[in-house]
Amino acid sequence: MTDTALAIDAVPAGRSRPWVIVLAATWHQTRTKIGLAILLLLLAVAVFGPFFAPHAPDAGLTRPGGFLGGFEPPSDVAALGTDNLGRDVLSRFLWGGRSVLALSVLATLLGAVLGIAVGLLAAYSRGAMDDGLMRTQDVVLAFPQLVFALVLVATVGPQLWLLVFAVGITTMPRVARVTRAAAVEVVERDFVRAAEGIGVPRRQILFAEVLPNITSTLVVEVTLRLTFNIAVIASLSFLGFGLQPPAADWGLMINENRQGLLAGQPWGVVMPVVAISLLTIGTSLIGDGFARAAIGIERGRARE
Amino acid sequence: MTGAPALEVERLRVELEGEDVDIVDEVSFHVDAGEVLGLVGESGSGKTTVGLAVLGHCRRGARVAQGDVRIEGRSILALSPLERQALRGKLVSYVPQDPAAALNPALRIGTQLRETLSEHGFGASGDERRARIAEALGEVLLPSDDAFLKRYPHQLSGGQQQRVVLAMAFANRPRVIVLDEPTTGLDVTTQAHVLRTVRELCGAHGVAALYVSHDLAVVATLSSRVAVMYAGRIVEIGPKRVLFRASAHPYARRLVEAIPGLSGTHALVGISGSAPRPGHRPSGCFFAPRCSYAEDRCRTEFPPVTRVVEGHEVRCWEHERVLADSLAARPEAVHLPEVRAHESLVAARAVDASHGPRQVLFGVELVVRPHECVALVGESGSGKTTLARCIAGLHRDYEGQISFRGRPLPAGARSRDRETRREIQYVFQSPYTSLNPRKTIGQIIAQPLRLFFDLGGREAHIRAVDVLERVQLGVSVLQRYPHHLSGGERQRVAIARALVASPQLLICDEVTSALDVSVQAAIVDLLAELQRELGLGLLFVTHNLALIRTIAQEVLVMSEGRIVERGLVNEVLDHPRAQYTKKLLSDTPSLEAAMAASA
Repeated sequence: MTDTALAIDAVPAGRSRPWVIVLAATWHQTRTKIGLAILLLLLAVAVFGPFFAPHAPDAGLTRPGGFLGGFEPPSDVAALGTDNLGRDVLSRFLWGGRSVLALSVLATLLGAVLGIAVGLLAAYSRGAMDDGLMRTQDVVLAFPQLVFALVLVATVGPQLWLLVFAVGITTMPRVARVTRAAAVEVVERDFVRAAEGIGVPRRQILFAEVLPNITSTLVVEVTLRLTFNIAVIASLSFLGFGLQPPAADWGLMINENRQGLLAGQPWGVVMPVVAISLLTIGTSLIGDGFARAAIGIERGRARE
Repeated sequence: MTGAPALEVERLRVELEGEDVDIVDEVSFHVDAGEVLGLVGESGSGKTTVGLAVLGHCRRGARVAQGDVRIEGRSILALSPLERQALRGKLVSYVPQDPAAALNPALRIGTQLRETLSEHGFGASGDERRARIAEALGEVLLPSDDAFLKRYPHQLSGGQQQRVVLAMAFANRPRVIVLDEPTTGLDVTTQAHVLRTVRELCGAHGVAALYVSHDLAVVATLSSRVAVMYAGRIVEIGPKRVLFRASAHPYARRLVEAIPGLSGTHALVGISGSAPRPGHRPSGCFFAPRCSYAEDRCRTEFPPVTRVVEGHEVRCWEHERVLADSLAARPEAVHLPEVRAHESLVAARAVDASHGPRQVLFGVELVVRPHECVALVGESGSGKTTLARCIAGLHRDYEGQISFRGRPLPAGARSRDRETRREIQYVFQSPYTSLNPRKTIGQIIAQPLRLFFDLGGREAHIRAVDVLERVQLGVSVLQRYPHHLSGGERQRVAIARALVASPQLLICDEVTSALDVSVQAAIVDLLAELQRELGLGLLFVTHNLALIRTIAQEVLVMSEGRIVERGLVNEVLDHPRAQYTKKLLSDTPSLEAAMAASA
């Protein structure tokens, strides 16, 4: 009847998946490369640091003639001097990254998974369900993150899982709001109607149809939350609600060695402070690079 | 009358920034004062680029590389950006496609109109400007009392918004006006009104208008001359009568053949293939790969502009052969078989439906029998989509009974069993939103196979290839994402997704309204063929009366939630009884009517 043979093969293939294009565009930005370099460096310090630590993190250092004192300046025995109890600052620094990283990543993951689920469900169901879910989130949101964690930890006691739980729960509403806002628009599109019409299960509509369309927004949000959570976890450790002495932990180190700043041995504070700052800068640079790639601000440059 | 025409465009070339790739090239035309030139082309042909260039503007990433635009003999492109800005809205103005996007939602109508005037120093006093505003609104038949001026854009209907934009465009009494598909989003009745207003204003004030549109019937209604664009070139330009009756370019002819007619019984003929995009254009004539007249020379040498007669120019090597063929020799429409079955496939009885507190359907009755195509026609807001969605189980808020093969159909797809869901399939209006952009075509088509037949892997692949062949797509699309495909191809995928479920009833909701005419013709043709071959019951929802004759046996006309007329398509179109149908028919722009009126 018709001679409509479409010239589809004339269209250049370009089969790469959408997210590959975004990732490539992310990588093409200097800010991402810097952020990634910083993050990898600190990851290496945190993960492999303990293998290179010259001393045990909790051992008092000795030299011929006895133990080293507290807040001793850098020497042959302790490259960055000693902390308040005469332990090696460098070794404690190399040991102390794991906990901050692990706890903040776990807390962020927990918050992200819960928040995404709540946000998607709210956006898709609308009505009373939406209101109920989101107002609950608002209640959680009303507690300042740090205070909420402090209250929980103060009641139950300093448990690591509790720390992850507290920070994760307070991350949830923030992720949920962003998820809902992004998903509300996607949920209205006809392909979701099409899926409903042929009876695709609700869970599959949420996670297989809607979620892939908001991933870039979520990646940006989750990296941002990670950045904040690193600071929150470090703050909680600093306040003594995280790892307990004599464990080595960057947040804890800052607290323990505060006196050293006045005693002329700043390294016990400077090292963890610099590390935590760099960590947050690194993650936010990567998040920012991804955000720009996703919106296409850097489209022109990414095309090269 | 001065020597120079009001608007003159000469050898205009617009390129992609930083690349030697042209979007449009060698575009020359002129428009006299008081004349409307229709600039026709399909999406991607560069017609909007030309329209914007007349204002001395280019979209981001594009620049004018060559050529000139003169308004009353004055070159626009030679001016500085600031000088050009001062001219826009005063000497030359622009009416965009979407009035809702053109008006500032935070400012009152009166404020925006005042701004347009004061920005260009119109009138000496506030009183004078107020008088002009009242006059301008009067010209577009809108009230100009304070209550109206104090309204915000969202308090107006789409047609009113577009007329406010028209009033703004005409407020400073420009010499040239560019209208970029200003009626695309409007109902036929509103469209007819806006078109009339444009024609009267241009004639009365001697304004030269460039009317950019993909809709040939609209252009035929409005303009005296027409230019046809294809792949960034004007391929033919001439008086409207010549162009629509005896065009000399094969593409222009195919476009005319693709227009659905209200009275004609000819088949709709689509154009195969798709227009080459910037950077991928062949040597020689750009239309040659799709052209039935193409000779060797067409494939190697770009055709020059040839004058057929004074005022009628064409870019085609073979125009003499084209002209020798009569345009009247179009294929007759296939005679639609009579429906003999008496049992109904789907029947709606006394359906009342609501969107929240607002009732949108009032006691609607509808029957579709097996092997039958029923057209559901109405303007936006008439409730036709709601009715279609009630049947498809996508709208649950209704009362009354809908039965499928004699059994009552539960509201909502989720409460129906799998077989019922499979047997009723729905194709959505816009293929741009109905396909998940994050899934490949293969994944999209595999989904119903998995859900309805528990098929996967090899078996699913075979079925998918099969159904793609049915909708005339190649296997290569399986790996692609929707954004790799054109609108027409996407709609074919959407149809394939519905067909792969082997449905009994196919509901098509305005499936061609987001597509170009040539693609529209091909899709309607495809649907008609599939319906005949597979014996589907088809519910064809559309706002375009002209489309239904070639596909439907029966038609229901809807207005404000009620069915105002029903009957056989030929009877309703030829002898409408309801007042509303008559009005709809007279407002639907058609080539025949436009030709008859100008004769």
